[in-house]
Amino acid sequence: MSDNQASIETAENQVARTDVREYLTFSLGEEHYALDIMAVKEIRGYEAVTRIANAPDFIKGVINLRGDIVPIVDLRLKFNVGEATYDEFTIVIVIQIHDRMVGIVVDGVSDVISLSREERRPPPEFGVAFDSRFLVGLAKVQDHMVILVNIEALITSQELGLVEVGAQESPDVDS
Amino acid sequence: MGKHVLIVDDSASIRQMVEHTLKTGGYQVTTAVDGQEALNLCQRQKYDCVLTDQNMPRMDGLTLIKSLRAMPTYGRTPILVLTTEASDDMKARGRSAGATGWMVKPFNPDNLLQVAAKVMP
Amino acid sequence: MSIDLNQFHTVFFEESQEHIDTMEQLLMAMDLDAPDPEDLNSVFRAAHSIKGGSGIFGFTALGQITHVMENLLDQLRNGQRQLSNQLVDHFLSVIDCLRRILDQYRSGEEVDWAEVESVAQGLEAVLNDGTVIAGKGAEASGGVAEDDAFGFFEPEATQGDSSADNSWGLFDEHASPEPTSDSPDQNEAFGFFDEPAEPDRPAASPAPAASMQKAKPKPKPSSSESSTIRVGIDKVDSLINLVGELVITQSMLKVLGEDPDNIDTLKMTTVLGELERNTREIQESVMSIRMIPVSFVFNRFPRVVRDLASKMNKQVELQLEGSQTELDKGLIEKLVDPLTHLVRNSIDHGIESPEQRLAAGKPEKGAITISASQRGGSIIIAISDDGAGLNREKILAKARQNGLPVADDLPDAEVWDLIFQPGFSTAEQVTDVSGRGVGMDVVRRNIQQLGGRIEITSTASVGSTFTIQLPLTLAIVDGMGVAVGGQTFIIPLVSIIESMQPSRANLKQLGGSDLLHVREEYWPLLPLYQVMETEPRHRDPAEAIVVLIETSKRRYGLVVDELVGQQQVVIKSLEQHYRRVPGAAGATIMGDGSVALILDVESLADIVQEPAEETA
Repeated sequence: MSDNQASIETAENQVARTDVREYLTFSLGEEHYALDIMAVKEIRGYEAVTRIANAPDFIKGVINLRGDIVPIVDLRLKFNVGEATYDEFTIVIVIQIHDRMVGIVVDGVSDVISLSREERRPPPEFGVAFDSRFLVGLAKVQDHMVILVNIEALITSQELGLVEVGAQESPDVDS
Repeated sequence: MGKHVLIVDDSASIRQMVEHTLKTGGYQVTTAVDGQEALNLCQRQKYDCVLTDQNMPRMDGLTLIKSLRAMPTYGRTPILVLTTEASDDMKARGRSAGATGWMVKPFNPDNLLQVAAKVMP
Repeated sequence: MSIDLNQFHTVFFEESQEHIDTMEQLLMAMDLDAPDPEDLNSVFRAAHSIKGGSGIFGFTALGQITHVMENLLDQLRNGQRQLSNQLVDHFLSVIDCLRRILDQYRSGEEVDWAEVESVAQGLEAVLNDGTVIAGKGAEASGGVAEDDAFGFFEPEATQGDSSADNSWGLFDEHASPEPTSDSPDQNEAFGFFDEPAEPDRPAASPAPAASMQKAKPKPKPSSSESSTIRVGIDKVDSLINLVGELVITQSMLKVLGEDPDNIDTLKMTTVLGELERNTREIQESVMSIRMIPVSFVFNRFPRVVRDLASKMNKQVELQLEGSQTELDKGLIEKLVDPLTHLVRNSIDHGIESPEQRLAAGKPEKGAITISASQRGGSIIIAISDDGAGLNREKILAKARQNGLPVADDLPDAEVWDLIFQPGFSTAEQVTDVSGRGVGMDVVRRNIQQLGGRIEITSTASVGSTFTIQLPLTLAIVDGMGVAVGGQTFIIPLVSIIESMQPSRANLKQLGGSDLLHVREEYWPLLPLYQVMETEPRHRDPAEAIVVLIETSKRRYGLVVDELVGQQQVVIKSLEQHYRRVPGAAGATIMGDGSVALILDVESLADIVQEPAEETA
């Protein structure tokens, strides 16, 4: 009996524990965002890129990341927040989704936070730079709100134009 | 070190399968792709058992067996011939060539180990 | 114990593929009246091997067909049956079926058992058609005793005297205590021979059927689309040697670096030179591992030609040259479709009917030659026929019909080029051979995608030649680095005719675009800074460098700031993490770690401003 009891409890604990996820928080202008840490490959400083002609301005170009040619997207330009300056403090988060890598430029990287399901609330409908399609939730961390971003949806979105669009979608805007 | 078996077959998949099976069974295994290569190997080394396919380019199994039987070192070595047909004719030919036994393809790995254990106690 | 047989499936599929190809090639080359017994033997052995493996690995559909095939082949090699063209055709169709079944097994699809049954029955019908030549025993094709799976030829009564016998040792002591009755349980799956045979010397009694087979080496197989590659041991050995040298060079460098204050610069230079050579050789050696002979594609053509020629009532003799020329595996696989199309095209449109040929004073039998050769960093593949040649008038008429503005005096080469336009098929009637949607435009596009080009030469009633030029490998390109606005780009060397600083006198303005007069031609100029949206050092072409480019579409001059230098670059994909970039064929990583785009000169040709009257 008591054995049974104990095992049920453990199972519940496990459910609770697996439901805690880790997020990397970053800032864009005044807003704080967070993305699933599992998607983060590395964080590096901004370095010179090779420009790609006829690409939208928020696509800064491509870099050589250990032999891979990886595009760099400046989210500050894309969402028109913060100030797009490039110096030794400019941060690039390299995201890996499936087999694709992309570097995103943000204003700053703050912390890794753990959030349980209870702490994750529904995303705001408006009032942030990101389109609500790319948001998965909202969380209160210390004294400010952090917006949880669905980075996969963002990276593969047509709006960013990082991925060649299939036939079922309307043609791309930037090529 | 387990007994050392020479596998002779022109088919890579069967070679690999037999090799893997026998190695799993604790035998040491060397492979040859045809009778000629096997004969060359046997002239340099003594194997505890030879398992040979019949139908192969360059030198077939029966010729290999006869050639091996002519060598003093291979007079008593168990030699099994792998064949797709177990007709009486085939058996007679195997017998006259000097094979210890035959084994029909297809065979399953368990069968193979069973036979190996029998000829190499 | 259980052994997972799945791990051997890949090998089985590959070798079965080879056996199937071998059978096909040998059967097609077979002299019907006097087939080479060894060839028949090899075909038999191939069928036999597939049967053997398929039994073990459970691919019974293959076994079912090859079993009957084997019996039929056995009759042939025993001289009990005469080979005929019809029989070869039958075998070839069976081989096609085997190929399909193999693919079905390979891809995990459901096997088409109805087809298997009907093919097996078709073979049985031939087997039992009563045309077996009497006199020879039929025992060789006797069926398999299913339940007789292994056995020992067991000494039954001879156990006692075996010790006396020492010249032969069939009756091993360990075998005798276990008589046949023990051989077990279910079915007689193995057996011991209990032959109290003569202690025969090898020559003493040669069993009639078991003779030495002096086989030619099996023809090299051509398995397409497999993700593995066979590499000659010599290539591996040479790579190992090179790596050995690299290790030595490395240790020399280590010693030299141990005392940084006292570096022997002369020696250092020598060793660094050595390192450079090592690296280059290893690179070449590694690249060569991807190289396979073009016979992998060529070997399919005897069959294609045979089938098509008979379908179209034409007589065609195919000649293959340079089959051993090596080409990157990736390229070879992508060449199959375009080459097949060109060969079809030659038979369909090129070679005339036997009557027409005789009337034209040509031999009845047409000739098609497919050849491959290496020329510098390129491979040239040519498909020639001695047919009617391209019909200039018909092509021009078709072009006008398609609304293309063409002049009557268009040079031949440009007329021939028209057939690469979409929607161009000049066959009087659309046959099921050529006129099936896929046109020459697709052929050319495929070849361009491989970084190659295609050209046609043709003479009326003498024949046509389609020449394909391809880079040796997809992974590395010889390029010229050029700089514009501080950015470096790579132009594939194969497209560059010449680079020059144009003199102002040779520059002309026409309808708002710049032209350069050089080599007795006006070259439209394309400023790279405009395409790549950078700020050049000079907008005036007279202050810049012009690289003369030749593409399959047109020739033009690319205006750049300066030449950076010639180098081999490794092609990297832009699409892996990003997307296709207009005007770029890919990217590469430069010596300093930065990324440079490799220009796609073919697509750049599309945006060249062609002044209205600039023709020829």
